[in-house]
Amino acid sequence: MDRRSFLTLPGTAALLSVLKTLPAEAAEKDTLVIAIADTINSLDINRPGTNRPAYQVAVNAYDRLLSFGTKTNPDGSVSWDYHSLHGELAQSWQIAEDGMSVTFKLKPDAVFWDGTKVTADDVKWSLDRAVSIGGFPTTQMGAGRLTKPDQFEAVDPETFRVHFLTKSKLTLPDLAVPVAVVVNSKVAKAHATSTDPWAAEYLHRNPAGSGAFKVERWDPGQQLVYVRNDNWKGGPLPKLRRVIIREIPSQSTRRALVERGDVHLDFDISGKDAKELAESKKAKVIGAPVENAEYVLCPNFGFEPFRDKRVRQAIAYAVPYEQIFQQAAYGIGVRMFGAKQATPATIAWPQPFPFDTDLDRARALMAQTPYKDGIETTLSLDLSTADWSEPTALLIQENLAKIGIKTTIDRVPGANWRTIALLQKKLPLILDTFGGWLNTPDYYFYWAYVKDHLFNGGNYDNPEMAALVDKTLDMDEANPEYEPSIKRMIQIAFDDVPRIPLWQPNVESAMAANLQGYVSWFHRVPDCRPYVLT
Amino acid sequence: MRRRGKFFLIGSRLLQAIPAVIGIIIVTFILTRALPGDPAVYFAGPTADAQTIAQVRHALGLDHSLPIQFLYYLNDLLHGDLGQSISTGQSVGDELLHRLPASLELTLSGLLLAIVIAVPLGILAATRPDSWIDHACRFLVTSGVSLPTFFTGLALVYVFYYRLGWSPAPMGRLDVLFSPPPDITGFYTIDSLLTGDLETFRASLGQLILPACTLALFTLAPIARMTRASMLQVLGSDYVRTARAAGLSGRTVLITYAFGNAVLPVLTTLGMVFSFALGANVLVEKVFAWPGIGSFAVDALVASDYAAVQGFVLSMAILFVLLNLIVDVITTIIDPRVGSPA
Repeated sequence: MDRRSFLTLPGTAALLSVLKTLPAEAAEKDTLVIAIADTINSLDINRPGTNRPAYQVAVNAYDRLLSFGTKTNPDGSVSWDYHSLHGELAQSWQIAEDGMSVTFKLKPDAVFWDGTKVTADDVKWSLDRAVSIGGFPTTQMGAGRLTKPDQFEAVDPETFRVHFLTKSKLTLPDLAVPVAVVVNSKVAKAHATSTDPWAAEYLHRNPAGSGAFKVERWDPGQQLVYVRNDNWKGGPLPKLRRVIIREIPSQSTRRALVERGDVHLDFDISGKDAKELAESKKAKVIGAPVENAEYVLCPNFGFEPFRDKRVRQAIAYAVPYEQIFQQAAYGIGVRMFGAKQATPATIAWPQPFPFDTDLDRARALMAQTPYKDGIETTLSLDLSTADWSEPTALLIQENLAKIGIKTTIDRVPGANWRTIALLQKKLPLILDTFGGWLNTPDYYFYWAYVKDHLFNGGNYDNPEMAALVDKTLDMDEANPEYEPSIKRMIQIAFDDVPRIPLWQPNVESAMAANLQGYVSWFHRVPDCRPYVLT
Repeated sequence: MRRRGKFFLIGSRLLQAIPAVIGIIIVTFILTRALPGDPAVYFAGPTADAQTIAQVRHALGLDHSLPIQFLYYLNDLLHGDLGQSISTGQSVGDELLHRLPASLELTLSGLLLAIVIAVPLGILAATRPDSWIDHACRFLVTSGVSLPTFFTGLALVYVFYYRLGWSPAPMGRLDVLFSPPPDITGFYTIDSLLTGDLETFRASLGQLILPACTLALFTLAPIARMTRASMLQVLGSDYVRTARAAGLSGRTVLITYAFGNAVLPVLTTLGMVFSFALGANVLVEKVFAWPGIGSFAVDALVASDYAAVQGFVLSMAILFVLLNLIVDVITTIIDPRVGSPA
């Protein structure tokens, strides 16, 4: 008995009971099954403790004031476009003449799932919540210079205003990221308590939004089922009626499922699977580089030898880049090495650094330093990223030994990594990654190249860089001073190499041939709204 | 007189379990605190600053001293509250309530399958020692226990799902087209039968077969080996020789006299096998996306999710105390030597 007849025998009755009157043929076209690796631990993105896979509920079931557009890549795949903003709940928006506020007109026909109108009061309550509840949403809102409830004003039911404390180019895009969701405040307030003023316990299990999909069923640890909201006004109505998200931890099982066609989309697959599936053509593979992200090797400035620029450059010449790119990344992603010019030609970020494997040059640089007799140190990696960081570490270890740097590899458990690598910054040499949601170079430099900032695991300290970050972070990209400043920052990064870039990673997904509409997003969760089964 | 002795024995076994459980509560509390990593930092998210981490630490109650945290924990336990698992976002009590039946259904069916295969195999091997049957039996059980369960699981998926297409998609306890039966025992196969929903029963049984086989292969060895050893010993004993000399049929001798006496050590082994089958569950659950307790516990450990780890260890401890008790009670009932005055 084959899989299909197995399904039809015991399954027909249940299929009909689930899908009521639809014939099986149509049901196949409007129900999508997605496999994901990790568990979704909440339906509320703004509740403290919500994990990354859970962000997809904010994307699919909630609306924001704004959303990003999309662009087609040279290879035909589609990615989000940081520089195009659309209204999701907003009909239009207008920056004030003094540039210190923005006024949104809400779509007059936008309604929540319970049929009540989306008003400016709901928007204000939701953004007040995001800047007040603490944890990740508050930090992310702060990145867009949104920090105080006083900044948000409900002018009338259909008019909402944001007052700026600092005029910043990051504010509007920050209103389009997943955390800036608009919640049905009447429902939420009815379930708020004195110990839980933002109804986090209620919204954790009971989403109350206006988004394209409603959550029909949530079996924590197993599955999430969305059903289409036919009254959605945030964009074109999804073609799919129902989307089933299944949590399948084993990579091999997910691959078998997508190859056999029992799931339509295996979201975020390993480089190995992406390469093999693309070659075998057993499933369609689509991926795109994660914008504003790269995998790096970071020498720590707290460790004496790494304060010497020549030692850092020697390491940058010793890394076996191409071998790492083939063996750890399976050739998927963008090479961040081998630039021909020592000065940046554009302000594109990330961009390849002017380093390539050159052991003679590395040895010559080491010979000029007081450390010519060798260094002993540890090379640390985060165990939760072991799929790429472990093979990378082994290859780097081998080459560093050739220039007299003896390393032992230290595998740090995921729960411990953030504390010792990023907060305490006490590991001498780490393999790390950072990706900025807001896609501008200054935003990346702000997090990763300024002393004591979180993702600066090597604690690089350069006053000129810090001053440039300060100057450019809020500056408009059209400002004539912007481009030269960014070029200068990239130049400093080239010369000082406090972070040695290896490659820019991709997020790849495997899917059925008849699934169309896949878009690569910075938030790295599936946005099911444009998906179509043909 | 004898009956009162047995009740006394069961009662004293139960009393003996109490200090064990108290000890486990204290030890798990201390051990979870000794785990590397800081849950407040972990759960505050990737971009949290010192202030947000402090907020999360306070929300988790981790800003108190250890003895105070322990008192809070004891107080919650007394009120039946096992705390909140941060990594899954559910209360630990709910998680255990939903996941324990899933794991038990899988483990028990695997074990049942193993018994059905291993016991006759062991008897057969014992009646013909050093024959080809004995060697074949030895080969099967040794390879079963030597192969890691995730490998056996993946190999079965590859052959029976991916290649042959006989088995349903390994996507957990039920295919996407079915909704779970109403919660009565938490065992999908039993609940669907109780409510007379035959389609769901067939579907959940279909999902159960491959993971149960994986576990069964892993647990064959100790059961078959113990059956064989114990049967060999019994078959060489005086009373079996006497029974044979008295002209009883081979079958009666084997089943009534020999196996009846050989079954006790097998039963004791089963208690132990059950415990390591639960351990082997972790990987089987990962391969088959089975929403059980093993994968929950491992994920909780990796994330330093204190409440979840404590709840898991405590529930396992209680489960084992109960299991040992059940084995003891059954032994007491079927073995005339236990419980009678010396």
